[in-house]
Amino acid sequence: MNPDPNSSGLNRRQFLDRLAKAGISITAACAAGFWFHDSKGPTLSKNDQSNLILPDFSIHALGQKMSIVRGEDRVATLRMALKSLGGIEAFIKKGDRVLLKVNAAFASPAMLSATTHPAIITEMTQLCLRAGAASVLVTDNPINDPASCFSLTGIADAARSAGARVLLPRNDLFSPMTVKDAKLIRNWPVLYKPFTDITKVIGMAPLKDHHRSGASMIMKNWYGLLGGRRNIFHQDIHNIIMELAMMVKPSLVILDATTSMMTNGPTGGSLSDLKNTNTMIVSTDQVAVDAFGASLLGKSLDELPFIGKAEAAGIGTADYHKLNPVMASI
Amino acid sequence: MNIVTTRRICQGFFFVLFLWFCAVTTLGDQWWQLRGWPVNWMIQLDPLVGLATLLSTRTVYDGLLWGLATIVFTIILGRFFCGWICPFGSIHQFVGFLAKRKKSMAEKIKLNRYHPGQSIKYWILIFLLTVSVLELAIDSIRLPETNRLLFGILVLVILTWMILNAVRQTRANPKKIGFVFLIFISVWLLLSTLFNGYQTSVASLQIGLLDPIPLVYRSINLVILPLLDRTAVSISTNPRAYDGTWLIAAIFLSAVLLNLAVPRFYCRFICPTGAMFGILSRFAIWRMGKTKNECIDCHLCEKNCEGACSPTSQIRINECILCMNCLSECRHNLMTYQIAPSASGEILAPDLSRRQFLASAVSGAAAIPMLRVSGHLGGNWEPALVRPPGALPEKAFLSRCIKCGQCMRICPTNVIHPAGLQGGLEGLWTPVLNFRIGTSGCQFNCIACGNLCPTAAIRPISIDERLGRNRYADQGPIKIGTAFVDRGRCLPWAMDRPCIVCQENCPVSPKAIRTRKVFNTIDTGSKLIVAKADALYIEFQGTGPGMNQLATGDYFTVVLPSTGHRRRRIVSNWERGLRVADGLPFELPPLPGSRIEIQIRLQQPYVDPEHCIGCGVCEHECPVPGKRAIRVTADNESRTPEHALLLKR
Repeated sequence: MNPDPNSSGLNRRQFLDRLAKAGISITAACAAGFWFHDSKGPTLSKNDQSNLILPDFSIHALGQKMSIVRGEDRVATLRMALKSLGGIEAFIKKGDRVLLKVNAAFASPAMLSATTHPAIITEMTQLCLRAGAASVLVTDNPINDPASCFSLTGIADAARSAGARVLLPRNDLFSPMTVKDAKLIRNWPVLYKPFTDITKVIGMAPLKDHHRSGASMIMKNWYGLLGGRRNIFHQDIHNIIMELAMMVKPSLVILDATTSMMTNGPTGGSLSDLKNTNTMIVSTDQVAVDAFGASLLGKSLDELPFIGKAEAAGIGTADYHKLNPVMASI
Repeated sequence: MNIVTTRRICQGFFFVLFLWFCAVTTLGDQWWQLRGWPVNWMIQLDPLVGLATLLSTRTVYDGLLWGLATIVFTIILGRFFCGWICPFGSIHQFVGFLAKRKKSMAEKIKLNRYHPGQSIKYWILIFLLTVSVLELAIDSIRLPETNRLLFGILVLVILTWMILNAVRQTRANPKKIGFVFLIFISVWLLLSTLFNGYQTSVASLQIGLLDPIPLVYRSINLVILPLLDRTAVSISTNPRAYDGTWLIAAIFLSAVLLNLAVPRFYCRFICPTGAMFGILSRFAIWRMGKTKNECIDCHLCEKNCEGACSPTSQIRINECILCMNCLSECRHNLMTYQIAPSASGEILAPDLSRRQFLASAVSGAAAIPMLRVSGHLGGNWEPALVRPPGALPEKAFLSRCIKCGQCMRICPTNVIHPAGLQGGLEGLWTPVLNFRIGTSGCQFNCIACGNLCPTAAIRPISIDERLGRNRYADQGPIKIGTAFVDRGRCLPWAMDRPCIVCQENCPVSPKAIRTRKVFNTIDTGSKLIVAKADALYIEFQGTGPGMNQLATGDYFTVVLPSTGHRRRRIVSNWERGLRVADGLPFELPPLPGSRIEIQIRLQQPYVDPEHCIGCGVCEHECPVPGKRAIRVTADNESRTPEHALLLKR
């Protein structure tokens, strides 16, 4: 050992330099070690309760309104139904940013009526824009491949040519949400992002048979806002439909029962599954619309427990007669 | 006492200590079994484990702080760990000694000459550390998006540093500095935009593949001790088995046998921990060196030089493992351990070009993202990957597990095994449960693995948490998977054989395996027609099942048409008749010519997934010998909410 560094080619300055560097390294290592020391180990993070909620898009001043128009031409019946409720201007104001939640669930052609018909998407987009809407957004989280669904159903073309923007469900558009008083939608990924930048929501669905829930109409159509492994909710289908209706408070809903899927729902797949029921229902009350839709499918409310549940939750009125619906035909 | 002898005693002590720790990692109440022995101490002393987990998890878990002691002493003394403590190093040194024992002096010196390939271990270290730091790096790149304040501070710090650096230089070019700074900031901003909304976790930890301490623990735990179990020195009740250890064994054996070619091959060329020590020894206060430059160049000092660090000429401090052999070999007392640098000069930095550094870092950064393109952490997750109770969610788990095999060693039922490729390449040798091996499934009230895990990849849970008792009552027991009945293989379901071993062994209360009682009519060949009968006996016209085949207590007979007739338990039979139980004699014996049927009473098991915890005792006990008729997969495991099977009621 050499006690005096000076005598062997190492001058005091070099030695002090090395000593300083060693000292700094040791200090840094110790500081980092103790700063990041964790004696307990990780705990499973309890799911932080998400506090995101969807805004209330309903137009309270209008109250509960409903219009039922019979006719074979879905564009004409839609126009008349809207007119009877005070025209599109009653719902859409200048500068509104509108979201059309369509049913684009399956990659099948419009003629099979498994999805919202492109003709009424075009019509609604044009009406909204004419009423002064700043933008119209069309979205859904379909069951089949999203891009294929939007293009094969004709929804994408219809929406874009009319001036709407089509939003495919990307992962980053979903956020975990918890619906107040809900049992099922707790920290569940929901297609949330599109709702942060809009002022009106219009639900547009075809009338369909649905093997698990009995019927797929307006309320069931919100299922297309869920992300994640949402099919787990089929274990409790009626409650999830009710909770979806609790989650979304739309400005307006449109149930297209011009051609209804009576059997083999919700995919259908054959023209023989369809029936021309020639009806367009437009309302501010999604429960009333579904209750009326049930009658077109020949189902009683007892067969569709989600309607009673939704009514009991105060979402709307199952007895649509109470709304004094405007009845008309073309 | 000679310093070399001291070193040998020290190595021997730590090697025996290490073996002792491996041996006592056995659950039991004997004094030589796990009773607070610090069996993880060697792993904790390994600072690469601490550093890499710090980078991948941003924490230093519990005892890993011991690594700090090693770091501090390495900075002061040099690579003492390699030469004096590392049990893997001691194995290499010993085997290397045996291999070169009979070689000539010249050959020995040649074997211990520095080889440029020794910088490979630095590539490996950089690769492995980049894997660990990637998530942190991406988070830092995203700072302009996520934390503007911190970004601003960092930019100021960097700018100040660049200016200070420039001021120190005599011919600073302000324009050039400004240009470099702008480029740097624009690249950062550009990258932060690129990684905006980045969702895939890339946190991973792969040091365990080659870090010598986990490697030697793994090899002893999973290969050597199970081999010893098959001899007279067994320390297990029955030999332990581990699935897929061939690769672990092959690597261990290769590492040891390579010493026959080059002494301490692993230490010199591969060992990432050694590489880390090499870098840390740069500012070592004391180091090996010559007191005078002039010597007769006999190279005797290199005869047994373990680190191949060229003590004769310019000594490579980062390669010197302080074996001190040169000290005792030098006949002229020129070698010493001193503060001053070697009189023949010294090389402090690893032999690593910028290009090699970048290549290693880029490969490390690319490795995990590339592996995860497979989606095995998303929708393509492997249901056969049943992790021990308390295992963290897969992403967090993979950023902690060092593949040391301690959980597999301590598991009292030998149910934890090193994974092959079930969890993807990055999950190699991580713990996975195999219910066919071992003495039972995963025991209901055992928490050994999590409490031993040195990095908390398996959390140290309590019995209460595992069972969902007391303060954990709300969240219920920890589920590691769910059992599924394969009705095509299950005896009562498919083969009309009574069984329900799975139901009986289900440790959950109320049982997570229930049964449905059914009576199945068995095929007796021909129809059984009554020839004559009394209150207890029936004789057939033809022949029925052989002697007492129906006497198991599970068989019943019923007179057709079965409406209005009660089932009667058969107590014995012979080929031409049977006897029913005394308790229910025939009031009106069946008339000759009437037909009877034989039924077997079966209990068919089905799983209640709400109560099943996935312990796999059922799978272990299932008497179907090959592929069991009830098997556990990771469906519904608590650690991953996305793997939920059931809606909560």
